[in-house]
Amino acid sequence: MTSIQTLRLPHLPQENPIFAACFVGVQNAAFLRQQLLQGNSEYEYAFLDATTILSVNHLLAAVFRAVNDMLYGRLKSRNVHSEIVYCLSPNNNIAESFRRFGITESTTALLAVKVGMASHPNITAESVVAHLNSAVQGQPVSFNNDELQSLTDLDKLRKFYKLEGPKPQPKRPARQIATNGAQDSLETSAESRLEMECTILGLMALRGS
Amino acid sequence: MAPYTPHTLPPPFTPFPSTSNASGEPPQPALLPASAPLPPPRLVTQGAESLLFRTAFLTLDTACALKYRPAKAYRHAALDRRLTKARLLAEARSLVKCRREGVRVPAVLGADWVAGWLAMEWIPGLTIRACLDHFLHQHHHDISSSSAPATADPNPEHSAALWGLMARVGRAVGRLHEIGVVHGDLTTSNLMIRPPPPATTIPAGLEPSDESGERISAATGARKTDEETIVAAEESEDDFDATALLQHGTVWLIDFGLAAQTPQDEDRAVDLYVLERAFGSTHPAAEELFQEVLRVYGESYKGAKTALRRLEDVRARGRKRSMIG
Repeated sequence: MTSIQTLRLPHLPQENPIFAACFVGVQNAAFLRQQLLQGNSEYEYAFLDATTILSVNHLLAAVFRAVNDMLYGRLKSRNVHSEIVYCLSPNNNIAESFRRFGITESTTALLAVKVGMASHPNITAESVVAHLNSAVQGQPVSFNNDELQSLTDLDKLRKFYKLEGPKPQPKRPARQIATNGAQDSLETSAESRLEMECTILGLMALRGS
Repeated sequence: MAPYTPHTLPPPFTPFPSTSNASGEPPQPALLPASAPLPPPRLVTQGAESLLFRTAFLTLDTACALKYRPAKAYRHAALDRRLTKARLLAEARSLVKCRREGVRVPAVLGADWVAGWLAMEWIPGLTIRACLDHFLHQHHHDISSSSAPATADPNPEHSAALWGLMARVGRAVGRLHEIGVVHGDLTTSNLMIRPPPPATTIPAGLEPSDESGERISAATGARKTDEETIVAAEESEDDFDATALLQHGTVWLIDFGLAAQTPQDEDRAVDLYVLERAFGSTHPAAEELFQEVLRVYGESYKGAKTALRRLEDVRARGRKRSMIG
């Protein structure tokens, strides 16, 4: 099965496709992290802790900002891949962003992201998936909102982005309250995830302002 | 109105050089276009300082309002950068603050204060202004002849719904002021009424409880059998059922370009005054409706009464305070 997603972000150049692959039950996180620390160019990925990613859009917002900053020469960290990790953070502390959103020794759910470059035309979905499958000891799962939903640690995200716990909802039209009934809990959880995504995207966009 | 030209867009939103399959492309899955057949951002409206485009952001099915503040050639470059950055960030910060506190405003999706753009969630629906125009001109006699919300007029549902809408406007403005944000340009054009999202508010197994959900989903469903492009989606979205919207739409505040975070009653009162003038200039009957906005506003938060008292002063002297001292 192919576990890799090739994403092309609207407005970003065609030469910069985004490859994203998700793994669960990862056993060699310490090794992968070591490769990043040593600057092994074979392992130039954004290795993210998938439990800190709320949704596809959450990741894409970080990728967009990182690639945009790369295109205009405004990277604050070593390369576009480390910048993706940094862009997830709501503050300017690079080391803290790596600790929070990047791979750690205890990471078991891993999200690997690679940005294609015009200067490296040999990086394709096939080459990335082949390399990741040999490098990551874990079980590939598809990268989508449903999969993420089961992985995300919402409490951790609330802490990282300083979001309050469940707040009293803004007043909703009486009709909705009346018809929700049994569906209420399920629906509000999906709604509150969306609401959380909106706030988080805003906080990420304002980083460094 | 100046026609849209490519150079009015900031990087990276400048349109793609046209690729080989620019026309007649098959419908693309939202996340995985083989080559992005993205139509160039469409100019929606234009103000003194900024251009508003509609485009897609992050994924093809995330509609976005892109607000671009182009550099002003007549300003010194360094000053221009500072002003653009300060104004863009003031807007973005107000929006993020409101959204965190549960006030209905567009979410910020991305920003680049060097290039001067701010990407926000697209709010579908009608402006309150369009809504008032539609209903007050249609039901002119119903409302202006009766002072009570809905009594003996021929279309009591519309009238009652209009009063209900005013209550929602009052609550929305009250919530905004409660968290210490003032809008700065609160007009009926900067208040939107948004249809409830058909897919999420009505669970799949349950019957749609009202016609609004049914009609909206029926409209989009019919379009989906055709070749769907972003342009087609825009068109179907623009085509609202005003009556359903009036009854079930939620009130959203847009355009925070002049917003400020201040605790002063004066600024809140000026917000209300500007809104009152906007209502008054729409239609004579709208002034009466505005009393309902104020009534609900007055009950919406703790400091609302003092803001209303301040409104009396502002009415007496106008929006601007004395220029002396």
